[in-house]
Amino acid sequence: MLKKLLSLCLLAIMVLSFTACGTKKDDSEAGNNSDFKVAVIHIGDPADGAGYTFAHDQGIVAMQEELKLSDDQVIRKNNVNDADAVAIRTAMEEAIEEGADIIFGTSWGYMDTMDEMAKEYTDVIFSHASGYMSNETNFNNYFGRIYQARYLSGIAAGLKTQSDMIGYVAAMGIDNSEVTGGINAFALGVESVNPDAKVYVKVTNSWLDPTLEKQAAEALLDMGCDVIAQHADSTAPQMAAEARGVWGVGYNSDMTKDAPKAHLTAPVWKWGVYYTKAAKDAMEGTWKSENYFGGLAEGFVDVSTLSDNCAEGTKDAIDAAKQRILDGFKVFEGELYDNQGNVVCAAGEALTDADITGAMNWYYKTVEVK
Amino acid sequence: MGALGSRTKQEPFIRVVKKTEISIGKTFLLSLFALIAAIMAGGVFILAIGQNPIDVYITIVKGAWRSSIATKGTIKIAIPLLIAAIGITPAFQMKFWNIGAEGQIIMGGIFATYFALNFDYLPHGILLLLMFVAGMVGGGIWGLLPAVFKTRFGTNETLFTLMLNYIALYMIRFFTEGPWRDPASSGFPKIATFSENARLDRIFGVHAGWLIGLVLVAVMFVYLKYTKHGYEISVVGESINTARYAGMNVKRIVLRTMFISGAICGIAGMTQVTGAAYTLGEGVAGGVGFTAITVAWLSKLNPVIILVVSVLFSMLDKGCSVMQSTFGLSSAVSGILQGIILFFILGFDFFTRYRFVFRKAR
Repeated sequence: MLKKLLSLCLLAIMVLSFTACGTKKDDSEAGNNSDFKVAVIHIGDPADGAGYTFAHDQGIVAMQEELKLSDDQVIRKNNVNDADAVAIRTAMEEAIEEGADIIFGTSWGYMDTMDEMAKEYTDVIFSHASGYMSNETNFNNYFGRIYQARYLSGIAAGLKTQSDMIGYVAAMGIDNSEVTGGINAFALGVESVNPDAKVYVKVTNSWLDPTLEKQAAEALLDMGCDVIAQHADSTAPQMAAEARGVWGVGYNSDMTKDAPKAHLTAPVWKWGVYYTKAAKDAMEGTWKSENYFGGLAEGFVDVSTLSDNCAEGTKDAIDAAKQRILDGFKVFEGELYDNQGNVVCAAGEALTDADITGAMNWYYKTVEVK
Repeated sequence: MGALGSRTKQEPFIRVVKKTEISIGKTFLLSLFALIAAIMAGGVFILAIGQNPIDVYITIVKGAWRSSIATKGTIKIAIPLLIAAIGITPAFQMKFWNIGAEGQIIMGGIFATYFALNFDYLPHGILLLLMFVAGMVGGGIWGLLPAVFKTRFGTNETLFTLMLNYIALYMIRFFTEGPWRDPASSGFPKIATFSENARLDRIFGVHAGWLIGLVLVAVMFVYLKYTKHGYEISVVGESINTARYAGMNVKRIVLRTMFISGAICGIAGMTQVTGAAYTLGEGVAGGVGFTAITVAWLSKLNPVIILVVSVLFSMLDKGCSVMQSTFGLSSAVSGILQGIILFFILGFDFFTRYRFVFRKAR
């Protein structure tokens, strides 16, 4: 018995020592900025292959290629729980130890810790997605007009639906203006091509919960919805739609590969546009603490490539709407009513970005919460 | 009946028998063996994913201690683990299976947060003392509850304490989304960051929780070994009937011990919110309450060994996090590696407590 164990150990040692003299990465191509490092704190894992974290990481990859950084110059901290301030701090401190010059925090919950650490580590740049905090020296935030892309994706949904009932799986309720503004923009897009269609919302109260998202999607499908849109991180709603043989509009990344027969298109972020700009400025020493808010015009948001599931004429309609937005259409232009019958935007006026992403606590008239 | 009877009489091929006593030398040897086996098995896994095990292990150890930031980070992870494991110890010594450390930590955090949010105009020292006592009371109540039900109605304490964890966790969500929501957060559910006044002071760069932890190690060591209470706990743990026969008030001992156990876990929660996180979030306990059970059990409920083991656990945790980013691995890899190492160490722990007896050939 003991002999067997010993010989097993010996074998393992031999295997270990064989590979110990394995390969070492060579630091190729990095220019004279080889000590410049970018760190990113992810709430999920890029290996998820779809959704929020994946989309951010695609942006990081694009930035790395654009700026010709070596792999050693990009530090990833994955699966950092954004409700655990200690974990957030530990991850960012490790990034700083490893020489990070700029840290991107991708989840809302990192905000307070980033604010604190920006005061402590004044020579490191902290850049935070989706929050509202910043300082004048080394802490900014970045976000964008995803509502423009949601409006476009609403066109695809409005043209596809046959039952004129569109489901929407929402992460948060009416209080959350990021989600609520997105629903309303989507509903406006639907209405622009299909005035009869209604948007039915189901709230999960969680940014990422595949089980709840699936259940919400199924409840909407049971009601008779035949397109499922979502503001939630997983691909579960799209897969639920596919299982019923109907259609869906994803979010964050192109979910066509997850639901090939159902997925129409998805509003997507092109995070790389900002990451490239911010990292380049940081590398060249020209970074300024200004908040970034990009949209369709900057190429920061878009809809993913339209799949073959889209109704005829979708591409033309979306291209036309895109052009309108680029020409100055504000999406939320009066006269608009909420679903209680109140005027929320008077004729001849338009809502500002701050209203849409920060203070929208009403649902558009074609929206109904289930 | 006859056939069944003869089968049950037959000795099984292998039996597991509790060891009576095992020498310190042998325990040490077994532990060393376990560690080597764990490192080997982990190494095979690292090889399988195409990395060099030696590099990876060096990175893990270095990652935990490579700089003063890293060292402080490791100690910061160790503090709640140490305090919670110390908290579990008296309950386990009494064979009261307190699986509720997680919830007790959370309640300590919630109670302390109440004072941090509403009384931060008080002088610093008084405020922190209030928070400390509040944390103890919060955790203590959460420990006392299952003890009351156990002594009154004979409920199962393992299930009871376990389920209280989830109630505590959802209470955080309730407070975050309801009464304690930060008014400045434009609808996002979060609790405001504590003001400077409500934060635990640092000693040598790390929040004072480490000092509290060390004091608790000493106090718990003395309490269990040299006090009447400690003796009572051991007797109740060995045999409730013996304790009764000796005239001990078993109910009182159980209630008292569980209050103490919960209260110490509550201190862990208090130091977490006021020393490390500066706010209350759903991740305040983050599984520490469960890891602490492993730590306490592996350390054979010896407070001094708990100190060593919790530092080792924290090192592994911190080092694996560094390894993940250094080698660009998925975070699941560090989870698997930690799991493998723990599996072996816990597996070998079995051999220090039990042995196999094979059926003798006839």
